[in-house]
Amino acid sequence: MRLLVCVKRVPAPGARINITVDEQAVDSAHLGFTTSPHEECALEEAVQIAEAHEGQVTVLTLGPAEAEEQLRYAASVGANHFVLLPITEVDWDAQRTAAALAKAISDLEETEGSFDLVLFGNESADAGGFQVGVRVAHALGRPIVNGIKGIDVAEGTVTARREIDGGFEVYEIPTPAVLGIKEGINLPRYPTMKGRLASKKAVIEATEPTAEPGGQKRRRLHRPEEAASTTVILGEGPEAAPAVVDLLEELGVLS
Amino acid sequence: MSEFPTNAKVVVIGAGIVGNCLVGHLARLGWTDLVLIEKGPLPNPGGSTGHASNFIFPVDHNKEMALLGEQSADQYRDMNLSVDSGGIEVARTQERMDELDRRMTSAKAWGIEAHLLSPAEVKELVPFINEEVILGGFYCPTVSVVDSLETGTVMRKEAIETAGCQVFANTEVLDIETIQGDGGITTVSAVVTDKGRIEAEYVVVACGVWSNRIANMAGATIPLVPTVHQMADVGPMDILAETNNEIGYPIVRDMDTFCYERQSSGSMEVGSYGHRAILHHPDEIPSNQEAALSPTEMPFTPDDFDDQMETAIELMDMLGDAEIKYAINGLLSLTPDGMPCLGETTEVRNLWSAAAVWVKEGPGMAQVVAEWMTYGYPRVIDAHGADLARFYEGERSDEHIWSRADESFIKTYGIVHPAEQWEGRRNIDVGPYFSRQEDLEAMFFQARTWERPQWYGANADLVERYDLSERTVEWDNRWWSPITVGEHLNLRENCGLVDLSAFQIYELEGPGAVQYADYLAVNKVDVAVGRSIYTPWLTPDGGFHSDLTMMRTAQDKVRIVTGVFDGGRDSFWVNRHMPLDGSVKFTNITKQVTTLGLWGPNAPTVLGQLTNADLSQNGSPYGSVIDVEIAGLPCTLFRVSYVGDTGWEIYTNWTNGPALWDALMAAGADQGIRPTGGGVYGSSGRLEKGYRLMGSELESEYNPLEAGLARPKVKAADFIGKEAYLAAREGTTEVAMCTLTVEDQTDSQGHQRFMQGGNEPILTLDGGRIVDSHGRASRVTSAGFGPSVGKHLLMAYLPTELAAPGTDLQVMYMNELFPVKVGSTGAIFDPENTRLKS
Repeated sequence: MRLLVCVKRVPAPGARINITVDEQAVDSAHLGFTTSPHEECALEEAVQIAEAHEGQVTVLTLGPAEAEEQLRYAASVGANHFVLLPITEVDWDAQRTAAALAKAISDLEETEGSFDLVLFGNESADAGGFQVGVRVAHALGRPIVNGIKGIDVAEGTVTARREIDGGFEVYEIPTPAVLGIKEGINLPRYPTMKGRLASKKAVIEATEPTAEPGGQKRRRLHRPEEAASTTVILGEGPEAAPAVVDLLEELGVLS
Repeated sequence: MSEFPTNAKVVVIGAGIVGNCLVGHLARLGWTDLVLIEKGPLPNPGGSTGHASNFIFPVDHNKEMALLGEQSADQYRDMNLSVDSGGIEVARTQERMDELDRRMTSAKAWGIEAHLLSPAEVKELVPFINEEVILGGFYCPTVSVVDSLETGTVMRKEAIETAGCQVFANTEVLDIETIQGDGGITTVSAVVTDKGRIEAEYVVVACGVWSNRIANMAGATIPLVPTVHQMADVGPMDILAETNNEIGYPIVRDMDTFCYERQSSGSMEVGSYGHRAILHHPDEIPSNQEAALSPTEMPFTPDDFDDQMETAIELMDMLGDAEIKYAINGLLSLTPDGMPCLGETTEVRNLWSAAAVWVKEGPGMAQVVAEWMTYGYPRVIDAHGADLARFYEGERSDEHIWSRADESFIKTYGIVHPAEQWEGRRNIDVGPYFSRQEDLEAMFFQARTWERPQWYGANADLVERYDLSERTVEWDNRWWSPITVGEHLNLRENCGLVDLSAFQIYELEGPGAVQYADYLAVNKVDVAVGRSIYTPWLTPDGGFHSDLTMMRTAQDKVRIVTGVFDGGRDSFWVNRHMPLDGSVKFTNITKQVTTLGLWGPNAPTVLGQLTNADLSQNGSPYGSVIDVEIAGLPCTLFRVSYVGDTGWEIYTNWTNGPALWDALMAAGADQGIRPTGGGVYGSSGRLEKGYRLMGSELESEYNPLEAGLARPKVKAADFIGKEAYLAAREGTTEVAMCTLTVEDQTDSQGHQRFMQGGNEPILTLDGGRIVDSHGRASRVTSAGFGPSVGKHLLMAYLPTELAAPGTDLQVMYMNELFPVKVGSTGAIFDPENTRLKS
């Protein structure tokens, strides 16, 4: 079983997200970086499938040179191969990103064989465009289902479940296929210390991405006004209990 | 929530372990009208307390840190918010094993139970340790783990309940206002916050890593820098989870890799002081809203931690397969000298600092500050080492703070020699003879910002002349040279020239100068013009604040000469008590006046060649201050000695200094003059004479009677601490400062050992500690070899019944016992002072 996971290096912000003075990026002065949460789940799912089916997991990212950190993180939790498409400008739109990823995947497949499953996170944690996975699948001519919270693989097919109100939609798709994974499908493992140390030795293949700019251009980032919230203190100690009961009833938690 | 107040007696800024304990202690001492404000939410506002590892290893070589750590641990215990987990410092090297012997010695000094363990014994207590990589361990059963957040909450609630303390969380300080108060003194007046403005009589900055930024708002400085301490939580591990306990195994400090492993329920916290120093400016710390975790839990930089992981796995293999669930670059505060910043700021009256305090000493330090605000000086312990006023201007810049933090971070678990010198930020303040001393291959020791020659390489020939040798044990020989013994013997035989430029010299001038000087000093300053006095300055409780020389240089002028380690505290003390009527002017003339000491039997001959002044005991009697011309240079001669041989302190203008040096060296050439370093002046010469040193023998915990510095009579004039001093004179004096001789310096390996004066305990012949009714333990306050008496000398306070000359006792050094004998409560060498009178 050959799996490929696409991940993106994103800032790990607090509650308040600051924007750089030129309004082109999230101000990361105080921030660490991480992999988007949906993608962490995609990676975990890939590693679990690979463990169950003697597979191999390749992790692909397009991003700044520092995105090596996210690839090493993937190595620390059990992925096997790592490809970095380094870029210097940050503003690659979804179209251009997808074209570059599709090209890189095709190139990888040409030398090493087809990937049975290509996994994306449902959407990136920073841009949240919901586009790249779909565009890559389209470019590769493969089926894609987004919002996936369950996967079963079998020879030649994959069964994927998507959560809907009150239940699941179940898709049976022929492989090779593309899936957009949603947080909640699993509980991603943390790296072990030995995993982290081993990840330092992981070989990272870097390939210059080639893709024409897409049709979307970022004008500026804008932080919406924060919705003012009001805190009502219902009371302190046992005296607060009746007010709590009233509120829970009002919310329909108690009836 | 109550209405935001418009005024308060005290505003404490910061509700971490220190701010919370401070309002609690202030409430206990009777303060009311307290307001505690905090930028973040409660109970965990997001400062360093919130991510602390919360353990206390009570043994420290430093007295203040050890005793306040112990005091803090007891406060946590009293609140039932502490558990004694025990802790082991393991050694991987022989050098560290020697350091563990030193730890055993300090444990004995402070009365803390401790045991040296073999690797197998360590394994019995910590079954998951790899005993093959260690040589042994230092086990302390009273190492404790505390709940610092809950302790803060309890203390805060106590202040609310007993003193009506008002608490405002999520309240950010925007400014601290000052006014020109009485006497034109910059005084704190109000705190401006995003919730409103509070006028306050006192403001205390207890803002941890943000403290300097907050103090700067008022124009004050609290020299500290936020520094990263990396920590990772790994787990779960069955062997830990099975304890069903927050902490079931002793904490392990892997000292040689600068790392610790501390159980936290089913996981292990691995903390490191072994990575590169990562310093941040306070402005780089995110706000509560911006921070991914909390402001002081900054994004983990894993590359810095990798080496620590490897060594941690080496020690505990199970850690390798455990998941890293949480990892941070946690911020804590480092200061230029590793000690906290307590006390009133020197720049702004009534603006106080309770900063650079870690969880392990938080409650005790808070008590120190509360007592200081209440009684004018701390009672629980002498806190001169933590006194914010100790810092000179040159130690308060970012450049200095960052350089020192950068250099000292790795020493957190390091083996630090008592005489260890800094590498960076040297030559900040140098005397006018510096280039000459460099030519003479001076070995400079830095005293705060000042460079002082400890010995001169150019005197190496004295080693042969006096048949001297290096010490055989490297530790004892480190930062030491036999040249210093040669310089001592030469001074006793011929004479020595000592650079005393680092003396801090101040002048009080004006119609009220003498009266004010008398108010500071125990001994009478209102003496004839041209006379000097050597005197203690006392705290209000009658302990030593200072010990220095004052000279009446004119009818309305008094010169104050104090040591370089005390200048900051002493000048602040003078300014703090200054009359407000403008009758006294205070001037710091340190860099206008340079001092050379000329001592030895040939000193009068040398000086006599350069002056027509009468240098006899009539013309220049002991203690006199006379203006003379030396080699054509206007100088002031002060006949005094801190080394036990006749001679003078010679004061002249800074710019004349080099010419005076050259003249004295030339005149002394055929009199055996040698430049002589601090190894003689501050150690061997002083110790042979039993002269006390502020900060070593003299501390606020001891009074002049105990130190043997009380005069027969008490002057009529009032002075700070007089009432307490008079009461002490009425009572019995329980201890006496003694000089002891080491009777046999041979250790179990057959090596001669030399105690360093690092609080080594003095013990009875059966090995028992000697502790007085105040809990003060007998310990070595200074130590050094006395070349003229041929013995290693120790100074220590002893109960009066043990202070009789000839009493046999023991000293512990490096965990071995050596026989000592009480020599004297005065001088061992020339007790009749015949050499001073020659």
